[in-house]
Amino acid sequence: MRISKVFGALLLAGMACAAQAKTELLVYTAVEADELAKFKSAIEADYPDLDIKWVRDSTGIITAKLLAEKANPQADVVWGLAVTSLELLAKEGYFQPYAPKGVDQLDPQYVDTAKPPLWVGQRVWIASLCYNTVEAEKAKLPTPTSWADLTKPEFKGKVVMPNPSSSGTGFLDVSAWLQMWGEDKGWKYMDALHDNIAQYTHSGSKPCKMAAAGEVPVGISFAYRGAQEKSKGAPVEVIAPKEGLGWDLESFAIVKSTQKLEAAKQLADWSVSRKANELYNEGYAVVAMPGIAKPVPNYPEGIAQLMIKNNFEWAATHREAILAEWAKRYDGKSEPKK
Amino acid sequence: MADTLAIVLPRVRPRLGRDEWLMGGSLLVLALYLTVTLLIPLVVMLSKSLEDRHGVFVGLSNFVRYFGNPSLTAAIGNSLWVSALATLIVVTLAFGYAYALTRSCIPFKGFFRLLAMVPLLAPSLLSAIALIYLFGNQGALKSWLFGASIYGPIGIVMGSVFWTFPHALIILITALSTADARLYEASESLGASAWRTFTTVTLPGARYGLISATFVTFTLVITDFGVPKVVGGQFNMLATDIYKQVVGQQNFQMGAVVSLILLLPALLAFFVERWAQSKQTSALSSRAVPYQPKPHATRDLALLGLVSLVGILILGILGMAAFASLAKLWPYNLTLTLHHYDFSTADGGSWASYFNSIRMAFYTAVFGSVVVFAGAYLVEKSRVAKALRTATHMLALIPMAVPGMVLGLAYIFFFNAPGNPLQFLYGSMAILVLVSIAHFYTVSHLTALTALKQLDPEFESVSASLRTPFYRTLWRVTTPMCLPAILDIAIYFFINAMTTVSAVVFLYSPATTLASVAVLNMDDAGDTAAAAAMAMLIVVTAGGVRLLHAWLSHWLHQRTQAWRQR
Repeated sequence: MRISKVFGALLLAGMACAAQAKTELLVYTAVEADELAKFKSAIEADYPDLDIKWVRDSTGIITAKLLAEKANPQADVVWGLAVTSLELLAKEGYFQPYAPKGVDQLDPQYVDTAKPPLWVGQRVWIASLCYNTVEAEKAKLPTPTSWADLTKPEFKGKVVMPNPSSSGTGFLDVSAWLQMWGEDKGWKYMDALHDNIAQYTHSGSKPCKMAAAGEVPVGISFAYRGAQEKSKGAPVEVIAPKEGLGWDLESFAIVKSTQKLEAAKQLADWSVSRKANELYNEGYAVVAMPGIAKPVPNYPEGIAQLMIKNNFEWAATHREAILAEWAKRYDGKSEPKK
Repeated sequence: MADTLAIVLPRVRPRLGRDEWLMGGSLLVLALYLTVTLLIPLVVMLSKSLEDRHGVFVGLSNFVRYFGNPSLTAAIGNSLWVSALATLIVVTLAFGYAYALTRSCIPFKGFFRLLAMVPLLAPSLLSAIALIYLFGNQGALKSWLFGASIYGPIGIVMGSVFWTFPHALIILITALSTADARLYEASESLGASAWRTFTTVTLPGARYGLISATFVTFTLVITDFGVPKVVGGQFNMLATDIYKQVVGQQNFQMGAVVSLILLLPALLAFFVERWAQSKQTSALSSRAVPYQPKPHATRDLALLGLVSLVGILILGILGMAAFASLAKLWPYNLTLTLHHYDFSTADGGSWASYFNSIRMAFYTAVFGSVVVFAGAYLVEKSRVAKALRTATHMLALIPMAVPGMVLGLAYIFFFNAPGNPLQFLYGSMAILVLVSIAHFYTVSHLTALTALKQLDPEFESVSASLRTPFYRTLWRVTTPMCLPAILDIAIYFFINAMTTVSAVVFLYSPATTLASVAVLNMDDAGDTAAAAAMAMLIVVTAGGVRLLHAWLSHWLHQRTQAWRQR
């Protein structure tokens, strides 16, 4: 009786120790769900003390959540979120400056200019079209090669695009069009495009998945998702429109109020490592550490050269106004004009 | 007998003893429970609609902004006409179906009755997902829409009809099964045509059932969020607007404003429905002779055609969802695979969500039926604190009028408020159980009350005069006698907790993701096949539990219900 009690107490104590040894990090992210398990196991293999708990949603949702929790932040680390959103949050004093070990190995254009940096870039995700060749054949559609092609009458009701309020992919398109062509021409383009849009979706990958399933011939999405769907056997081509491509930088930052700063720093150190960058490259063609990136299967050729010169500062400052204008123009209409 | 009892009772009734104190105390605890999990959150939400983002009182300015934005107010009209149209279709179909089951001599009645209940086992999202596979641009039956798009009002109406059908059917079967055969004999002997008999006897007899079914269906459609979310396209409805404001833009105040607007039609429907219910019970006199349908070849054949058609539609929708979850790459590679049931690469949920859902539904069923039955017992059988009993009963009726999304939003405001000592519940499994019990409280409460009313109050008075504490009578006599009803309540809680999306969608946390919410999120991310797979898992689970329940009730009936046969 007594022995079993002692044994039980020991067992309990042992369990408590094991539980204490792991630090649970609540990490907010917009990284695609099919990649998260891979990252979690890689991080925890290198830092066995960490226990990564992801909270994943589309960029706009995570951003809105972080803003809503401003008074009482829940996240320890924000990881793999668009830098336009991180810039916005950084202005609110959300983040803890920290220079991860080895951050000097990264291409400086992908790291916050503040010393030490508030945020650090990881990899670039790039706009692309997913184009269903089987459905295009049936509908006798020409292959689009430019953004302008999508406004042609034959594409009426045949294009799906992510809603920029919820989707980071949607926002980087809108931001790129406005930066490339200026406000007037940019909005005029979106007016014309709106006439051809069948639906605005919640997430940035859904247009590509819809194109892959033939639900629409053209999905405005991003290269990673297109390449994935193509590898799975869907009849899609990944197309890079020739005028130039919007892009955003998946980045991470440590939340200032975190109670687990040491663990957060470990995650930050891991995230700039060579191994991390090699993992980033498995799906994305452009990563923060120079000399790592190998070509990714099924990506459009020359996609890196088509990336526009992106002014994140401008995009972050104008984000709210752009989204309000977008919602006013296109969200209210119950259905696209016939 | 009843008369003597009424005279004897007051004299036997003891002074305020231990029993009365205990019952009064329990009643107070229950009233407090309902106040905390229902009333206060709703009041807090009302007040939030009058505040700005920083919690400063701004009067009606949120409402002014809402009504100044035509893209938001358009949703009011959209919601009203879509719900009205869906209701019209559902009630018409369900009336025909119920008529066939109660007033005709078609074969396989038991089978058709069971088949019509199948949609109850599925989240409303399932029908919308199946519709995309049936009528979407790659749909198997796309040509049936003559070029119209399934994304929008057409899809919302079709999806809503599917999942609300059994709700209307249950009410109409009840309404049509109580008929006085003498009226039909009179009508026949007076030489009235079949049509005249139908319009002057059948329809008036079922009028309260029709009203009740109409308003119940209307409320279900207008407050549902699953169908318009999946198949609504760019067509805005009130319920999806709440979600967009709260989850998409984290604009909780505007979410509260839209919630209040959604509350109005639901409240109206609630009062009309209560009124109709109270009329329904007194429709049949004690001298009535039960109506027995006689075979009638043309009528029976036509009705068999109708029930078969509806049955095929139900099976078609379910079958489509099942097939979609098994097809490798719709529509290009239709080889069957279980790949979509491996949720590890899908966005928004996993097997863990499924097991969370089962746990959540189980806790809701267990705690829900205990709380509801104890509550109904105190309201019905205790003889103390009449005002408190009435108040508790009123509280128990509120959830029926409150849309799930509104309740969920109210919970955020109340439980996540800084300084609330109950804040530790936020993000836990417990809050999901609490909100589900509150959401489905009314129907369970009414079921328990009906069962308790069937028991003679003499049990209580006899045990009181024998100085047996009331809890012993409750445990040894009342509870065993009511076990079938308690089991019904438990299964009602379980299946609804398993399938609901609206109340829990704002309240789950990373550790407590749920299967029904996963269906929604997977569809949002474009993983439609995985969403169909998760929805099918819910259907299969709910169906399995339902079968278990049927078997258990049967067994219980034989063990404990012998008293019903004298």
